[in-house]
Amino acid sequence: MSIIEILFWFLSALAVGAALMMVFSKNPVYSVLWLIVVFFAISGHYILLNAQFLAVVNIIVYAGAIMVLFLFVIMLINLNADTEPQKNKWLKIAGVIAGGSLLLVFIAALRQSDDVIKAQVSMGGEAGLIKTLGKTLFTDYVLPFEISSVLFLSAMVGAVVIGKKGD
Amino acid sequence: MILLAVDWAMVLEKTIFIAVIITISLVVALYMTFGERKVAAWIQDRIGPNRAGPLGLLQPLADGLKMFFKEEIIPTSSNKALFILGPSLAMVTAMLTSAVIPWGDKLELFGRTISLQIADVNIGILYVFGILSLGVYGIMIGAWASNNKFSLMGGLRAASQIISYELAMGLSLIALLMITGSLSLGDMVRQQQEGLWNVIVQPLGFLIFLVCAFAECNRTPFDLAEAENELIGGYHSEYSSLKLGFYLFAEYINMFISSAIMATLYFGGYDIIPFYDESAWGFSTNVMALLGAAALFAKILFFIFLFMWVRWTIPRFRYDQLMDLGWKKLIPLALLNMLITAAVILWWKL
Repeated sequence: MSIIEILFWFLSALAVGAALMMVFSKNPVYSVLWLIVVFFAISGHYILLNAQFLAVVNIIVYAGAIMVLFLFVIMLINLNADTEPQKNKWLKIAGVIAGGSLLLVFIAALRQSDDVIKAQVSMGGEAGLIKTLGKTLFTDYVLPFEISSVLFLSAMVGAVVIGKKGD
Repeated sequence: MILLAVDWAMVLEKTIFIAVIITISLVVALYMTFGERKVAAWIQDRIGPNRAGPLGLLQPLADGLKMFFKEEIIPTSSNKALFILGPSLAMVTAMLTSAVIPWGDKLELFGRTISLQIADVNIGILYVFGILSLGVYGIMIGAWASNNKFSLMGGLRAASQIISYELAMGLSLIALLMITGSLSLGDMVRQQQEGLWNVIVQPLGFLIFLVCAFAECNRTPFDLAEAENELIGGYHSEYSSLKLGFYLFAEYINMFISSAIMATLYFGGYDIIPFYDESAWGFSTNVMALLGAAALFAKILFFIFLFMWVRWTIPRFRYDQLMDLGWKKLIPLALLNMLITAAVILWWKL
């Protein structure tokens, strides 16, 4: 096995294991921390694909910003096993079945897809580097890029409006 | 030696270099505690620690030893695993940033060219930001795991402060990136060696970055997180012994690293004299590399002194003033700086 394969399997095992731990942890704070481990493993995969920019932005945005907010909320309302409302048993089973069906549909759809089968996964390609990414974003995809930034702006304005309601 | 397509000599070289950098950071942080007390004494017209060893130089060792021998207390109502994880994370995130800082030019030893930078990744400055945004976890986890309301308040304050000032810091950096056109710290230093130091081109950006760096390190005037007259000790109220030492130490390492980053981004890194081509001296590569590293350290020491100077000069802000400064003053100022920089670059086609 080459070093890249070893790293790939290690990171994959880490990602899947941490994701399972996240789901099975009783304490929501632990769940958040395991989710951060998942993000790190995925960033590791990005680096293996030579997409350093994506890797580090994944860390900054998800692990560094969104998860901090999750942690904030969980710590402030102090969720734990006692205060968590007990869900109906049937609801849980229905959730499992629904989630499992979705997984099945995804796998069935992707298994035969040309994009997956024929795609060349290149280690050390240029596609993920910031220079290539920036050029693509500001030439071919400039309209979707700008529209999504307007979407973010409106979300921010909305958050401020909701936050100001009390005054 | 090549095994698994990995050059193990390089791995060894990097491992030794990492060990050296970490040791230097730790020793510098150790003597920063001493320096802080001496500077404080000097500013307040006192003598400062002078009993342990000549000139009191062994004082940090004595302090460290004291930390070791203190009783280790883990509160019964705390979350034990997270209580231990908190200070460890604070220490790890403090150390990680040193990986992308160029500590000097290249050395030539044993027929190998050794770069005095652990990793010259092409996204260096974003890496620094990534680690910075993770720095919140050490504080928040420790604060929450203590199961103490004062700790939690301190931790929340620290986290919201770090998040708020990260924005202004990022915006001030965008203006810098427009000028350098590269995210790699190595490239930035090389550009400054040939041209101007960035502080001349970006004075306002540097000022914003400096203020934000103070806030990110939780230093006075922004040390609301451990405002001892309101919050006992802030997020580390419940900590004792070496775990407390880790938190305090991580703060000093953060100061050291952010000084190094400021020197690298705005003050030419290992460039020795501005507006001057040092290669005219005719020294060998190795001597130049060591001189450059020494120059970088001189700049770092100046910034560390600035941190201490400000701490003993300016009183602490109130919490609402802190948030006002971050959101209503620094962010608009940074945006303005960014627009002006962009306009100038567009106008003169720099």
